Amino acid sequence: MKEMIILIISAILVENFVLVKFLGICPFLGVSKKLSTAIGMSVAVVFVMTIASAATWLVNEYLLAPYELEYLQTIAFILVIAALVQLVETVMKKLMPPLYKALGIYLPLITTNCAVLGVALLNMEREYSLLNSVVYSFGAGLGFTLALVIFSGVRERIEYNDIPESLKGLPITLIAAALVSVAFFGFQGLFS
Amino acid sequence: MSAFKTFTNGLLKENPTFRLVLGTCPTLAVTTSAINGIGMGLATTAVLIGSNAVISLTRKVIPDKVRIPAFITIIAGFVTIVQFLLKAYLPDLDQALGIYIPLIVVNCIILARAEMFASKNNVGLSVLDGMGMGFGFTLALMAIGSIRELLGNGTIFGITVTAKLFDPAIIMILPPGGFLAFGITMGLLNKLSGKKTTKTGCQSCELRKSGACAGSKEVGA
Repeated sequence: MKEMIILIISAILVENFVLVKFLGICPFLGVSKKLSTAIGMSVAVVFVMTIASAATWLVNEYLLAPYELEYLQTIAFILVIAALVQLVETVMKKLMPPLYKALGIYLPLITTNCAVLGVALLNMEREYSLLNSVVYSFGAGLGFTLALVIFSGVRERIEYNDIPESLKGLPITLIAAALVSVAFFGFQGLFS
Repeated sequence: MSAFKTFTNGLLKENPTFRLVLGTCPTLAVTTSAINGIGMGLATTAVLIGSNAVISLTRKVIPDKVRIPAFITIIAGFVTIVQFLLKAYLPDLDQALGIYIPLIVVNCIILARAEMFASKNNVGLSVLDGMGMGFGFTLALMAIGSIRELLGNGTIFGITVTAKLFDPAIIMILPPGGFLAFGITMGLLNKLSGKKTTKTGCQSCELRKSGACAGSKEVGA
Protein backbone atom coordinates (compact mmCIF):
# COMPACT_ATOMS: atom_id res chain seq x y z
CA MET A 1 0.00 0.00 0.00
CA LYS A 2 2.79 2.40 0.94
CA GLU A 3 4.45 1.67 -2.38
CA MET A 4 1.25 2.57 -4.25
CA ILE A 5 0.88 5.87 -2.42
CA ILE A 6 4.47 6.82 -3.19
CA LEU A 7 3.94 5.85 -6.84
CA ILE A 8 0.82 7.97 -7.18
CA ILE A 9 2.23 11.02 -5.39
CA SER A 10 5.46 10.91 -7.35
CA ALA A 11 3.45 10.68 -10.59
CA ILE A 12 1.43 13.75 -9.62
CA LEU A 13 4.09 16.01 -8.16
CA VAL A 14 7.66 14.86 -8.71
CA GLU A 15 7.26 13.59 -12.27
CA ASN A 16 4.41 15.86 -13.30
CA PHE A 17 3.73 14.88 -16.90
CA VAL A 18 3.15 18.39 -18.20
CA LEU A 19 5.52 20.56 -16.23
CA VAL A 20 8.45 18.21 -15.63
CA LYS A 21 8.25 15.60 -18.38
CA PHE A 22 6.80 17.80 -21.15
CA LEU A 23 4.16 15.32 -22.26
CA GLY A 24 0.80 16.66 -23.40
CA ILE A 25 1.93 20.25 -23.94
CA CYS A 26 -0.48 20.71 -26.85
CA PRO A 27 -3.69 20.35 -24.80
CA PHE A 28 -1.95 22.15 -21.93
CA LEU A 29 -1.56 25.26 -24.10
CA GLY A 30 -4.73 24.70 -26.12
CA VAL A 31 -7.50 24.11 -23.61
CA SER A 32 -6.24 25.86 -20.46
CA LYS A 33 -7.88 29.18 -21.27
CA LYS A 34 -10.96 28.46 -19.22
CA LEU A 35 -11.36 26.39 -16.08
CA SER A 36 -14.40 24.50 -17.39
CA THR A 37 -12.70 23.26 -20.58
CA ALA A 38 -9.54 22.44 -18.61
CA ILE A 39 -11.51 20.20 -16.27
CA GLY A 40 -13.41 18.51 -19.13
CA MET A 41 -10.22 17.71 -20.99
CA SER A 42 -8.50 16.48 -17.82
CA VAL A 43 -11.28 14.08 -16.88
CA ALA A 44 -11.23 12.63 -20.39
CA VAL A 45 -7.43 12.23 -20.23
CA VAL A 46 -7.48 10.53 -16.80
CA PHE A 47 -10.16 8.15 -18.07
CA VAL A 48 -8.42 7.19 -21.32
CA MET A 49 -4.96 7.06 -19.77
CA THR A 50 -6.02 4.60 -17.08
CA ILE A 51 -7.82 2.27 -19.52
CA ALA A 52 -5.10 2.61 -22.15
CA SER A 53 -2.35 1.64 -19.72
CA ALA A 54 -4.21 -1.56 -18.81
CA ALA A 55 -4.97 -2.36 -22.46
CA THR A 56 -1.41 -1.76 -23.68
CA TRP A 57 0.00 -3.77 -20.77
CA LEU A 58 -2.22 -6.74 -21.68
CA VAL A 59 -1.40 -6.43 -25.38
CA ASN A 60 2.29 -6.42 -24.59
CA GLU A 61 2.13 -9.32 -22.13
CA TYR A 62 -0.14 -11.69 -24.06
CA LEU A 63 0.27 -10.68 -27.68
CA LEU A 64 3.73 -9.24 -28.22
CA ALA A 65 5.91 -10.87 -25.57
CA PRO A 66 5.01 -14.55 -26.29
CA TYR A 67 6.03 -14.13 -29.94
CA GLU A 68 9.00 -11.87 -29.17
CA LEU A 69 7.44 -9.00 -31.06
CA GLU A 70 8.33 -6.29 -28.54
CA TYR A 71 9.94 -4.27 -31.29
CA LEU A 72 6.43 -3.58 -32.61
CA GLN A 73 5.47 -1.82 -29.36
CA THR A 74 5.24 1.67 -30.85
CA ILE A 75 3.00 0.61 -33.73
CA ALA A 76 0.87 -1.72 -31.61
CA PHE A 77 0.36 0.80 -28.82
CA ILE A 78 -0.67 3.71 -31.01
CA LEU A 79 -3.20 1.51 -32.80
CA VAL A 80 -4.54 0.18 -29.49
CA ILE A 81 -4.92 3.73 -28.18
CA ALA A 82 -6.62 4.96 -31.37
CA ALA A 83 -9.04 2.01 -31.36
CA LEU A 84 -9.67 2.41 -27.64
CA VAL A 85 -10.52 6.09 -27.94
CA GLN A 86 -12.96 5.24 -30.71
CA LEU A 87 -14.49 2.47 -28.60
CA VAL A 88 -14.81 4.65 -25.51
CA GLU A 89 -16.49 7.30 -27.62
CA THR A 90 -19.02 4.86 -29.10
CA VAL A 91 -19.81 3.16 -25.80
CA MET A 92 -20.14 6.46 -23.98
CA LYS A 93 -22.44 7.83 -26.67
CA LYS A 94 -24.71 4.80 -26.35
CA LEU A 95 -24.71 4.19 -22.60
CA MET A 96 -23.86 7.50 -20.96
CA PRO A 97 -25.21 10.34 -23.11
CA PRO A 98 -24.77 13.07 -20.44
CA LEU A 99 -21.11 12.13 -19.94
CA TYR A 100 -20.62 11.97 -23.70
CA LYS A 101 -22.08 15.42 -24.05
CA ALA A 102 -19.59 16.75 -21.52
CA LEU A 103 -16.46 14.93 -22.69
CA GLY A 104 -17.26 14.00 -26.29
CA ILE A 105 -15.48 16.87 -27.98
CA TYR A 106 -12.25 16.18 -26.07
CA LEU A 107 -12.01 12.48 -26.88
CA PRO A 108 -10.80 12.59 -30.52
CA LEU A 109 -7.99 14.93 -29.48
CA ILE A 110 -6.61 12.38 -27.07
CA THR A 111 -5.28 9.95 -29.69
CA THR A 112 -2.59 12.45 -30.61
CA ASN A 113 -1.94 13.43 -27.00
CA CYS A 114 1.58 12.25 -26.35
CA ALA A 115 0.90 11.82 -22.63
CA VAL A 116 -1.21 8.71 -23.33
CA LEU A 117 1.34 6.95 -25.54
CA GLY A 118 4.06 8.29 -23.24
CA VAL A 119 2.64 6.68 -20.13
CA ALA A 120 2.15 3.35 -21.94
CA LEU A 121 5.78 3.35 -23.07
CA LEU A 122 7.07 4.44 -19.66
CA ASN A 123 5.19 1.56 -18.01
CA MET A 124 6.98 -0.85 -20.33
CA GLU A 125 10.36 0.79 -19.88
CA ARG A 126 10.10 0.55 -16.09
CA GLU A 127 8.64 -2.97 -16.23
CA TYR A 128 5.72 -2.15 -13.94
CA SER A 129 3.20 -4.86 -13.10
CA LEU A 130 -0.38 -4.47 -14.34
CA LEU A 131 -1.54 -2.95 -11.06
CA ASN A 132 1.43 -0.59 -10.81
CA SER A 133 0.91 0.49 -14.44
CA VAL A 134 -2.70 1.37 -13.82
CA VAL A 135 -1.92 3.20 -10.57
CA TYR A 136 0.95 5.12 -12.14
CA SER A 137 -1.15 6.10 -15.17
CA PHE A 138 -3.98 7.24 -12.95
CA GLY A 139 -1.54 9.36 -10.97
CA ALA A 140 -0.04 10.76 -14.15
CA GLY A 141 -3.54 11.71 -15.29
CA LEU A 142 -4.19 13.45 -11.97
CA GLY A 143 -0.90 15.31 -12.37
CA PHE A 144 -2.06 16.44 -15.80
CA THR A 145 -5.32 17.62 -14.24
CA LEU A 146 -3.52 19.53 -11.50
CA ALA A 147 -1.25 21.30 -13.98
CA LEU A 148 -4.15 22.24 -16.27
CA VAL A 149 -6.37 23.51 -13.46
CA ILE A 150 -3.62 25.58 -11.83
CA PHE A 151 -2.57 26.99 -15.17
CA SER A 152 -6.08 27.91 -16.29
CA GLY A 153 -6.27 30.11 -13.19
CA VAL A 154 -2.97 31.75 -14.09
CA ARG A 155 -4.13 32.36 -17.65
CA GLU A 156 -7.38 33.97 -16.62
CA ARG A 157 -5.28 36.51 -14.72
CA ILE A 158 -2.94 37.11 -17.67
CA GLU A 159 -5.90 38.16 -19.81
CA TYR A 160 -6.35 41.33 -17.75
CA ASN A 161 -2.71 42.39 -17.70
CA ASP A 162 -0.83 44.86 -19.83
CA ILE A 163 1.60 42.75 -21.84
CA PRO A 164 4.21 43.99 -24.38
CA GLU A 165 2.81 43.68 -27.91
CA SER A 166 5.27 41.06 -29.17
CA LEU A 167 4.81 38.82 -26.11
CA LYS A 168 1.02 38.70 -26.40
CA GLY A 169 -0.55 35.31 -26.90
CA LEU A 170 1.63 32.26 -26.84
CA PRO A 171 4.99 33.74 -25.68
CA ILE A 172 3.60 35.13 -22.42
CA THR A 173 1.73 31.86 -21.87
CA LEU A 174 5.00 29.93 -22.14
CA ILE A 175 6.78 32.33 -19.79
CA ALA A 176 3.96 31.93 -17.25
CA ALA A 177 4.24 28.16 -17.66
CA ALA A 178 7.95 28.47 -16.82
CA LEU A 179 7.06 30.10 -13.49
CA VAL A 180 4.47 27.42 -12.66
CA SER A 181 7.07 24.82 -13.60
CA VAL A 182 9.56 26.39 -11.15
CA ALA A 183 6.98 25.86 -8.40
CA PHE A 184 6.66 22.18 -9.30
CA PHE A 185 10.41 21.91 -9.38
CA GLY A 186 10.37 22.29 -5.63
CA PHE A 187 9.03 18.73 -5.38
CA GLN A 188 12.17 17.22 -6.91
CA GLY A 189 13.86 14.87 -4.49
CA LEU A 190 10.74 14.44 -2.37
CA PHE A 191 11.27 10.68 -2.18
CA SER A 192 15.01 10.32 -2.63
CA MET B 1 3.99 26.07 -56.03
CA SER B 2 7.52 25.73 -57.35
CA ALA B 3 9.86 23.14 -55.91
CA PHE B 4 12.12 25.75 -54.35
CA LYS B 5 9.24 27.53 -52.70
CA THR B 6 7.95 24.25 -51.30
CA PHE B 7 11.32 23.60 -49.72
CA THR B 8 11.86 27.05 -48.19
CA ASN B 9 8.27 27.30 -46.97
CA GLY B 10 9.02 25.14 -43.94
CA LEU B 11 12.29 26.85 -43.14
CA LEU B 12 10.95 30.31 -42.43
CA LYS B 13 7.49 31.27 -43.59
CA GLU B 14 5.73 28.29 -42.06
CA ASN B 15 8.38 27.21 -39.59
CA PRO B 16 6.70 24.33 -37.73
CA THR B 17 8.01 25.40 -34.32
CA PHE B 18 7.71 29.18 -34.32
CA ARG B 19 4.96 29.78 -36.88
CA LEU B 20 2.70 26.73 -36.83
CA VAL B 21 3.55 25.84 -33.21
CA LEU B 22 3.41 22.10 -33.79
CA GLY B 23 5.43 19.46 -31.98
CA THR B 24 5.85 21.50 -28.81
CA CYS B 25 6.56 18.51 -26.58
CA PRO B 26 9.93 17.54 -28.11
CA THR B 27 10.75 21.22 -28.62
CA LEU B 28 10.66 21.73 -24.88
CA ALA B 29 11.86 18.36 -23.70
CA VAL B 30 15.02 17.55 -25.63
CA THR B 31 16.54 21.00 -26.15
CA THR B 32 18.78 20.79 -23.11
CA SER B 33 21.79 20.97 -25.45
CA ALA B 34 22.35 21.96 -29.06
CA ILE B 35 23.43 18.47 -30.08
CA ASN B 36 20.30 16.86 -28.62
CA GLY B 37 18.17 19.38 -30.48
CA ILE B 38 19.87 18.52 -33.77
CA GLY B 39 19.53 14.79 -33.10
CA MET B 40 15.82 15.05 -32.39
CA GLY B 41 15.32 17.36 -35.38
CA LEU B 42 17.08 15.02 -37.80
CA ALA B 43 15.27 11.95 -36.46
CA THR B 44 11.96 13.74 -37.03
CA THR B 45 13.12 14.88 -40.47
CA ALA B 46 13.90 11.30 -41.47
CA VAL B 47 10.45 10.12 -40.40
CA LEU B 48 8.80 13.10 -42.08
CA ILE B 49 10.51 12.52 -45.43
CA GLY B 50 9.76 8.80 -45.36
CA SER B 51 6.14 9.11 -44.34
CA ASN B 52 5.48 11.99 -46.76
CA ALA B 53 6.93 9.93 -49.63
CA VAL B 54 4.95 6.77 -48.84
CA ILE B 55 1.71 8.62 -48.14
CA SER B 56 2.06 10.58 -51.36
CA LEU B 57 2.64 7.37 -53.32
CA THR B 58 -0.33 5.61 -51.76
CA ARG B 59 -2.68 8.60 -51.70
CA LYS B 60 -4.86 7.17 -54.47
CA VAL B 61 -5.03 3.69 -52.92
CA ILE B 62 -6.01 4.57 -49.34
CA PRO B 63 -9.78 5.03 -48.95
CA ASP B 64 -10.71 8.42 -47.59
CA LYS B 65 -12.50 7.05 -44.53
CA VAL B 66 -9.60 5.11 -43.06
CA ARG B 67 -6.82 7.46 -44.08
CA ILE B 68 -5.98 8.72 -40.56
CA PRO B 69 -5.38 5.22 -39.10
CA ALA B 70 -3.47 4.33 -42.28
CA PHE B 71 -1.29 7.45 -41.94
CA ILE B 72 -0.61 6.69 -38.28
CA THR B 73 0.45 3.14 -39.13
CA ILE B 74 2.81 4.32 -41.87
CA ILE B 75 4.31 6.96 -39.54
CA ALA B 76 4.69 4.43 -36.71
CA GLY B 77 6.53 2.10 -39.11
CA PHE B 78 9.08 4.78 -39.96
CA VAL B 79 9.46 5.77 -36.32
CA THR B 80 10.27 2.15 -35.44
CA ILE B 81 12.93 2.06 -38.17
CA VAL B 82 14.54 5.29 -36.92
CA GLN B 83 14.34 4.06 -33.32
CA PHE B 84 16.28 0.89 -34.10
CA LEU B 85 18.82 2.63 -36.34
CA LEU B 86 19.57 5.08 -33.52
CA LYS B 87 19.85 2.24 -30.99
CA ALA B 88 22.33 0.44 -33.21
CA TYR B 89 24.51 3.29 -34.47
CA LEU B 90 24.08 6.23 -32.05
CA PRO B 91 23.36 4.65 -28.65
CA ASP B 92 24.39 7.80 -26.74
CA LEU B 93 21.87 9.96 -28.58
CA ASP B 94 19.23 7.27 -28.16
CA GLN B 95 19.89 7.32 -24.42
CA ALA B 96 19.66 11.12 -24.26
CA LEU B 97 16.41 11.35 -26.23
CA GLY B 98 14.87 8.29 -24.59
CA ILE B 99 11.10 8.06 -24.74
CA TYR B 100 10.81 11.04 -27.09
CA ILE B 101 12.00 8.93 -30.04
CA PRO B 102 8.95 6.60 -30.07
CA LEU B 103 6.82 9.64 -29.31
CA ILE B 104 7.65 11.08 -32.75
CA VAL B 105 4.58 9.05 -33.79
CA VAL B 106 2.27 11.53 -32.08
CA ASN B 107 4.24 14.58 -33.18
CA CYS B 108 1.60 16.78 -34.75
CA ILE B 109 3.96 18.06 -37.47
CA ILE B 110 4.10 14.71 -39.21
CA LEU B 111 0.39 13.95 -39.25
CA ALA B 112 -0.37 17.55 -40.18
CA ARG B 113 1.98 17.47 -43.18
CA ALA B 114 0.59 14.09 -44.24
CA GLU B 115 -2.93 15.45 -44.17
CA MET B 116 -2.25 18.94 -45.50
CA PHE B 117 0.42 18.26 -48.07
CA ALA B 118 1.46 14.69 -48.86
CA SER B 119 -2.07 13.42 -49.43
CA LYS B 120 -2.62 16.10 -52.07
CA ASN B 121 0.71 16.42 -53.90
CA ASN B 122 3.11 14.26 -55.90
CA VAL B 123 6.10 12.42 -54.43
CA GLY B 124 8.77 14.92 -55.45
CA LEU B 125 7.04 17.87 -53.87
CA SER B 126 6.08 15.85 -50.78
CA VAL B 127 9.68 14.84 -50.15
CA LEU B 128 10.80 18.46 -50.57
CA ASP B 129 8.08 19.58 -48.19
CA GLY B 130 9.21 16.96 -45.68
CA MET B 131 12.81 18.15 -45.98
CA GLY B 132 11.86 21.82 -45.62
CA MET B 133 9.62 21.25 -42.62
CA GLY B 134 12.12 18.85 -41.06
CA PHE B 135 15.06 21.22 -41.44
CA GLY B 136 12.94 24.12 -40.17
CA PHE B 137 12.15 22.05 -37.10
CA THR B 138 15.82 21.06 -36.71
CA LEU B 139 16.98 24.68 -36.96
CA ALA B 140 14.44 25.79 -34.36
CA LEU B 141 15.43 22.99 -31.99
CA MET B 142 19.12 23.75 -32.50
CA ALA B 143 18.53 27.45 -31.78
CA ILE B 144 16.63 26.80 -28.56
CA GLY B 145 19.10 24.06 -27.59
CA SER B 146 22.07 26.41 -28.12
CA ILE B 147 20.48 29.18 -26.05
CA ARG B 148 19.68 26.83 -23.20
CA GLU B 149 23.08 25.15 -23.29
CA LEU B 150 24.88 28.50 -23.36
CA LEU B 151 22.95 30.00 -20.47
CA GLY B 152 22.60 26.82 -18.46
CA ASN B 153 25.98 25.22 -18.92
CA GLY B 154 28.17 27.90 -20.49
CA THR B 155 28.87 25.74 -23.56
CA ILE B 156 27.67 25.32 -27.14
CA PHE B 157 28.04 21.86 -28.71
CA GLY B 158 29.98 20.92 -25.58
CA ILE B 159 32.66 23.60 -26.13
CA THR B 160 33.08 26.14 -23.34
CA VAL B 161 32.53 29.61 -24.78
CA THR B 162 31.83 31.81 -21.81
CA ALA B 163 35.28 31.23 -20.28
CA LYS B 164 33.82 31.53 -16.79
CA LEU B 165 32.75 35.14 -17.36
CA PHE B 166 29.50 34.32 -15.59
CA ASP B 167 28.14 31.47 -13.57
CA PRO B 168 25.79 29.42 -15.75
CA ALA B 169 22.19 29.43 -14.54
CA ILE B 170 21.46 25.74 -14.22
CA ILE B 171 17.72 26.39 -14.31
CA MET B 172 17.97 26.95 -18.07
CA ILE B 173 18.73 23.29 -18.73
CA LEU B 174 16.09 22.15 -16.25
CA PRO B 175 12.38 21.92 -17.22
CA PRO B 176 11.39 25.54 -16.33
CA GLY B 177 14.14 26.85 -18.61
CA GLY B 178 12.54 25.06 -21.55
CA PHE B 179 9.33 27.04 -21.26
CA LEU B 180 11.23 30.27 -20.64
CA ALA B 181 13.64 29.90 -23.57
CA PHE B 182 10.87 28.89 -25.98
CA GLY B 183 8.59 31.74 -24.89
CA ILE B 184 11.25 34.45 -25.04
CA THR B 185 12.66 33.24 -28.38
CA MET B 186 9.17 33.27 -29.86
CA GLY B 187 8.56 36.76 -28.46
CA LEU B 188 11.85 38.01 -29.96
CA LEU B 189 10.99 36.52 -33.35
CA ASN B 190 7.60 38.23 -33.21
CA LYS B 191 9.32 41.50 -32.45
CA LEU B 192 11.83 41.11 -35.28
CA SER B 193 9.41 39.88 -37.92
CA GLY B 194 6.54 42.15 -36.90
CA LYS B 195 4.16 39.19 -37.03
CA LYS B 196 2.37 37.55 -34.18
CA THR B 197 2.04 33.94 -33.16
CA THR B 198 -1.17 33.75 -31.26
CA LYS B 199 -2.42 30.37 -32.36
CA THR B 200 -1.59 27.36 -30.26
CA GLY B 201 -0.59 24.06 -31.75
CA CYS B 202 -3.97 22.43 -31.47
CA GLN B 203 -5.79 25.27 -33.09
CA SER B 204 -3.46 25.51 -36.03
CA CYS B 205 -3.60 21.76 -36.53
CA GLU B 206 -5.55 21.69 -39.77
CA LEU B 207 -6.59 18.13 -39.02
CA ARG B 208 -9.60 19.37 -37.18
CA LYS B 209 -11.23 19.99 -40.53
CA SER B 210 -10.96 16.34 -41.37
CA GLY B 211 -12.18 15.08 -38.05
CA ALA B 212 -8.93 13.70 -36.66
CA CYS B 213 -8.66 16.64 -34.34
CA ALA B 214 -12.41 17.21 -34.29
CA GLY B 215 -13.48 19.48 -31.55
CA SER B 216 -10.27 21.42 -31.26
CA LYS B 217 -12.04 24.41 -32.72
CA GLU B 218 -14.66 24.49 -30.02
CA VAL B 219 -12.14 23.53 -27.39
CA GLY B 220 -9.53 26.07 -28.30
CA ALA B 221 -11.92 28.89 -29.02
